[in-house]
Amino acid sequence: MKALMFGWEFPPHILGGLGTASYGLTRGMAMQPDMDITFCIPKPWGDEDQSFLKIIGMNNVPIVWRDVHMDYVRDRLSKFMDPQKYYDFRDHIYADFSYRYVNDLGCMEFSGRYPDNLLEEINNYSIVAGVVARTEQYDVIHAHDWLTYPAGLHAKSVSGKPLVIHVHATDYDRSRGNVNPDVYAIEKNGMDNADHIITVSNLTRQTVIEKYHQDSSKVTTVHNAVEPLSPEILAIQDKKGVKDKVITFLGRITMQKGPEYFVEAAAKVLAKAPNARFVMAGSGDMMDQMIRLAALRDIADRFHFTGFMKGKQVYEVLKASDVYVMPSVSEPFGISPLEAMQCGVPSIISKQSGCAEILDYAVKVDYWDIEAMADAMYSIITYPAMHQFLKEEGKKEVDNIKWEYAGQKVRRIYDMVINK
Amino acid sequence: MKTICFYFQIHQPFRLKRYRFFDIGNDHYYYDDFQNEEIIHRIAERCYLPANKAIMDMIKSSGGKFKVAFSISGMALEQMEIYTSEVIDSFKELAATENVEFLAETYAHSLSSLGNSDEFKAQVKAHKEKIYDLFGVKPKVFRNTELIYSDDISELVYELGFKGMLTEGAKHILGWKSSNYVYTSAVRPQVRLLFKNSRFSEDISLRFGDYSWNEYPLNAEKFMAWIAATPESEQVINLFMNYEVLGALQPAETGIFDFFRALPRFAAEKGIGFSTPSEVLALLKPVDSISAPYAISWAGEEKDCSSWLGNVLQQEAFAKLNSIGERVHLCDDRRIKQDWNYLQISDHLYYMSTKHMAGGFSPYDNPYDAFNNYMNVLSDFIVRVNAQFPDSIENEELNSLLTTIKNQGEEIEQLQKEVEKLRKKATVPVKAPAVKAAASKTTAKKTQFPAK
Repeated sequence: MKALMFGWEFPPHILGGLGTASYGLTRGMAMQPDMDITFCIPKPWGDEDQSFLKIIGMNNVPIVWRDVHMDYVRDRLSKFMDPQKYYDFRDHIYADFSYRYVNDLGCMEFSGRYPDNLLEEINNYSIVAGVVARTEQYDVIHAHDWLTYPAGLHAKSVSGKPLVIHVHATDYDRSRGNVNPDVYAIEKNGMDNADHIITVSNLTRQTVIEKYHQDSSKVTTVHNAVEPLSPEILAIQDKKGVKDKVITFLGRITMQKGPEYFVEAAAKVLAKAPNARFVMAGSGDMMDQMIRLAALRDIADRFHFTGFMKGKQVYEVLKASDVYVMPSVSEPFGISPLEAMQCGVPSIISKQSGCAEILDYAVKVDYWDIEAMADAMYSIITYPAMHQFLKEEGKKEVDNIKWEYAGQKVRRIYDMVINK
Repeated sequence: MKTICFYFQIHQPFRLKRYRFFDIGNDHYYYDDFQNEEIIHRIAERCYLPANKAIMDMIKSSGGKFKVAFSISGMALEQMEIYTSEVIDSFKELAATENVEFLAETYAHSLSSLGNSDEFKAQVKAHKEKIYDLFGVKPKVFRNTELIYSDDISELVYELGFKGMLTEGAKHILGWKSSNYVYTSAVRPQVRLLFKNSRFSEDISLRFGDYSWNEYPLNAEKFMAWIAATPESEQVINLFMNYEVLGALQPAETGIFDFFRALPRFAAEKGIGFSTPSEVLALLKPVDSISAPYAISWAGEEKDCSSWLGNVLQQEAFAKLNSIGERVHLCDDRRIKQDWNYLQISDHLYYMSTKHMAGGFSPYDNPYDAFNNYMNVLSDFIVRVNAQFPDSIENEELNSLLTTIKNQGEEIEQLQKEVEKLRKKATVPVKAPAVKAAASKTTAKKTQFPAK
């Protein structure tokens, strides 16, 4: 079974949860002995782990014919892929794109991020996907998130192979309901023309069926999982310098994540438990507003902002925490509480998060119910038994949520669409 | 005869280093030494040293007629002592001419006048002592941080025994009245007030190097002609500004030093003299009283305290800072006392102002960043202060306990002294008879008795 996947991010250079999920899922699927995955991303850095799949950088695929020598290609591209591959791609250029801006190899440049001209980059990605789709051999096409739906559709129209799209988030989650019509159009078109739709939670599945008007038999939920922690991360010490209990919010400080409910709940907890400290780790467009709110609630000496965290820093924050809170207003899945539970940190999550569907040993509250949230925070930091119970059982539970199982579910969907 | 009263503010904050959440409880050093040293060196080179030299030259060339007043914050003095002691030396030389008056202020250039009156008084006293130690003079006139003034502050200043105080000639306080007279406080008539002449002060401090100003270029002759043209009865022109105007805010290339050097000559031509604030207060009678129910300062267009306490971030930080004050006073740990001073520096609050997002002197990217960093530092400081004494004891109870301990300590000390005294008394006669005779044995026994 050969799968051609289109994605936007791949570790170690990631910007959000999409990269982590793509990595985990492909790794889980690669455990199946006959599974062969080719994964396309806009711009590889050369240090991606290619031991279990093959990575194609869209910025290394030519769309305009250039007469270049093998030595030069090897010099430029051997870090990213087999130089021979370049010539294979060059033989499958399907139209005259010489009016486009390309470099000396006939390739287009990608930022690999989420730039202001995102729609243009999505379109370019789809153009390059046409070359890849004509070159590669595969049985199924798998497109991750709306950015790559056009590329998936293009590949499907070229090859006639079935298309599976993977919905990691919809624009309804990101915007609290005020969808961007351009984004919605791309999402809807991708879903309408896909052979099957995978959603990361039943919550998202419901959105896809209700808001994008999809046939429910075409939509299947495959919950995300977590990679086991590496020994290096397990060895991180708790660097907390204070004896106080630390309650942490970790994520982008944006409307979707519900940061204001965390601040309000913090104020309520501090009124009863003055020895608690709150950490809001991350950055985002609502950060300044949250700093003001904390000052207004007169809790700023116990409410700390760390700014953007990445890589190991994330785990340093988690290790120093006693409670992890994710009050997301709408979260398709939300991998971070699982990571917190792996570190043995009890989690409080909103009922509006996808991961709530598979977690039993996490406290679940409505995101707007700051009383309940404060109550849960207070009991975990005040009653050691509660903390201990959630810590042990939560870790046990999350250690059994494996990408391998998710990979098997995806495989069953592949088999189904191929044999249809 | 008209007289000009020059006063310069000299202050440098101890800027904080980047202090993260993880540093709380682990790291108790808060200051960016590199940046502080770099800045004080730069300002000393560009402003303090050349400006002191210029003022010394002016005093000499005018035959002792040129006079100025300085208010140097304790924070600036400490940094000069650490990094640029030559600046202290040059101020000492100026002090020796007796043409220079040093004003009192809050040691930490703090806003304690708006927060905690006990702290305010303690800081003013500390500053007076520092000035006396360094320059051998006792300040008689007061200048509050950034010229902040209100009726309540005049009450405190009176209690501290100052005869006068400098402040901003804020239009909403003075109304139609001119700043060129001496006034008194409305609540304490004993406290005389000198108001900054905003127009003439800012002609130098803000507009001197401004090409787009219609009076550019400003020279000493023109400037003195303007001052001479003020009404006959207006006897004093108060020119209050930051010392950094000489060489830093107005760089040397603008000709600011030459402008100053030329001032005494043209002043003499127009019959205008120079006086220190003390001399002005001794010379001129107050014409009226002025009331300032709300605090004024020399900052911004509003001339109020909104640059330091205008938004919720600043109010929160200031309230949290003040809330720990009482506990700090009960501590006698020297590092805590020092950090307490440094954290009160008004600049920390100024950096959090959202009024001038575009620029200013802030070492931070934005006010929110300044707030986060300061609150992290303050959190660590609060933890340290609370670690001195158990949290559960109320301040008043703690105070009485500490007093009891102190009194008992004193009592023990006194009793010990008494014991020693009596022991000595007892031993002396014992030795004496050993040399003299056995006849005095009985007296020795008698004196030994009370020691038991």
